[in-house]
Amino acid sequence: MVRDDIYEYSLDAHHSEEEGRKIRKKILFVTVLLTVITTVEVMLGAFIKQDWGIYWTITKWFFIALTLVKAGYIVLTFMHLGDERKGLRAVILVPYFIFILYLIFILLWEGTSVHHIWTGA
Amino acid sequence: MSGHATKQIDSKTLWGGKISPFSASYGKLMMWFFLVSDALTFGGLLTAYGFTRHATESAWPIGEETFNSLPFLGHGFPLLYVALMTFILIVSSVTMVLAVEAGHRMDRKGVTKWMIATIIGGFFFLGSQAWEWSHFIHGSEFGKIELADGSQAVIHAEHFGEIENFTVTEAGHHHKVGEKITDDLMHQYQHAAAEGNIKDGVITLHDGSKATIAKKSNEGVELMIKSNGSKYAVGDKIEGENAVKMYEDVINSGEAGRVIYGANLQQNEYGPQQYAQFFFFITGFHGFHVFSGVMINIIILLMVLGGTLHKRGHYEMVEKTGLYWHFVDLVWVFVFTFFYLI
Repeated sequence: MVRDDIYEYSLDAHHSEEEGRKIRKKILFVTVLLTVITTVEVMLGAFIKQDWGIYWTITKWFFIALTLVKAGYIVLTFMHLGDERKGLRAVILVPYFIFILYLIFILLWEGTSVHHIWTGA
Repeated sequence: MSGHATKQIDSKTLWGGKISPFSASYGKLMMWFFLVSDALTFGGLLTAYGFTRHATESAWPIGEETFNSLPFLGHGFPLLYVALMTFILIVSSVTMVLAVEAGHRMDRKGVTKWMIATIIGGFFFLGSQAWEWSHFIHGSEFGKIELADGSQAVIHAEHFGEIENFTVTEAGHHHKVGEKITDDLMHQYQHAAAEGNIKDGVITLHDGSKATIAKKSNEGVELMIKSNGSKYAVGDKIEGENAVKMYEDVINSGEAGRVIYGANLQQNEYGPQQYAQFFFFITGFHGFHVFSGVMINIIILLMVLGGTLHKRGHYEMVEKTGLYWHFVDLVWVFVFTFFYLI
């Protein structure tokens, strides 16, 4: 029996020399961006001390935001998730985010209350 | 960048069972699902780290204070080494994506070139991590001390006074009276200090002999309290002559366990016990991923060299291992931020 339901998706990913040039340009852009972000993070980390109160709090959230930007570029560009179908993107990202946000919330909340118990506050 | 994502297919054909609704091959899909589960593992580890950190709060060590050394150059370079490791991993991720791109053009030479570059980058990262672990395990010259009031302090100092020699004053199994010992001094000194074998400037060596220590004085010592005692509390700093003397007193106390050097799973000089445990587990688990990534990359490279993938008509295997390799980079981005940066 000849099967007509086998489809080689890998072949769809092929592209021409010209498209390749465009893609490589984008890769270069992301490389520079990731390097610059890391450099900025290290410089800020060395300069702003953790006991600076509000300045440190702002820096901390800035670090987290920059990390998410880096992660976004890695996942969407390097891992090509941005080029996949919307359904695939959702199947991967949505359950992960729901679960991990819950986990972060519950563990950090608990951690803080454990700290209060330990210090008797 | 891949053509299939933009192809218009009506939803009856799409979900009819003939083709993949995601327009992705089985292998790629399964790699993604594996990565999601692996990401949850790392997410669990990092949030557990967050839990412990919130529970211990100010006793927790600060990354830029713990990791501030460079190979051959010594201290005073906060986070630079880790930044270098991050950069190495980013670059090897870039070479990987270039290998995937070359594969999409069926450019076998390009794939080979970039795969080799990726593997070299991976080995560089593993080597860096080995140095980092070794440095973390051996610790600093000063260690962490327990003060007379029961509080614990880590030490920041400008200079550790050189140990010149030990002069034997009481013979043991190996050493005779009057002998000057000049090698392996630091190691013996730290070992004796941790075991409580230094008292009032006299060290008891392994063989039972006793010797006086000729050592220059430490300079610019600063004690930073990391756990509460009856007199000092977390966050206190002791500086100046007093700090130098207090440090000397602990070393010369002759009591075991008053000073801790380096790190293992039971204790470490940086902070709470869990700190080293998380360090070993998280960076170790990530390092193991890098190691297996390098091994998989080597296997794929061999397949490229042997022409197996070219004959297949596509380089999707490179794309799939690429996904794994980028994932390793992705995890490091988070480890870098949450373990080292904040």
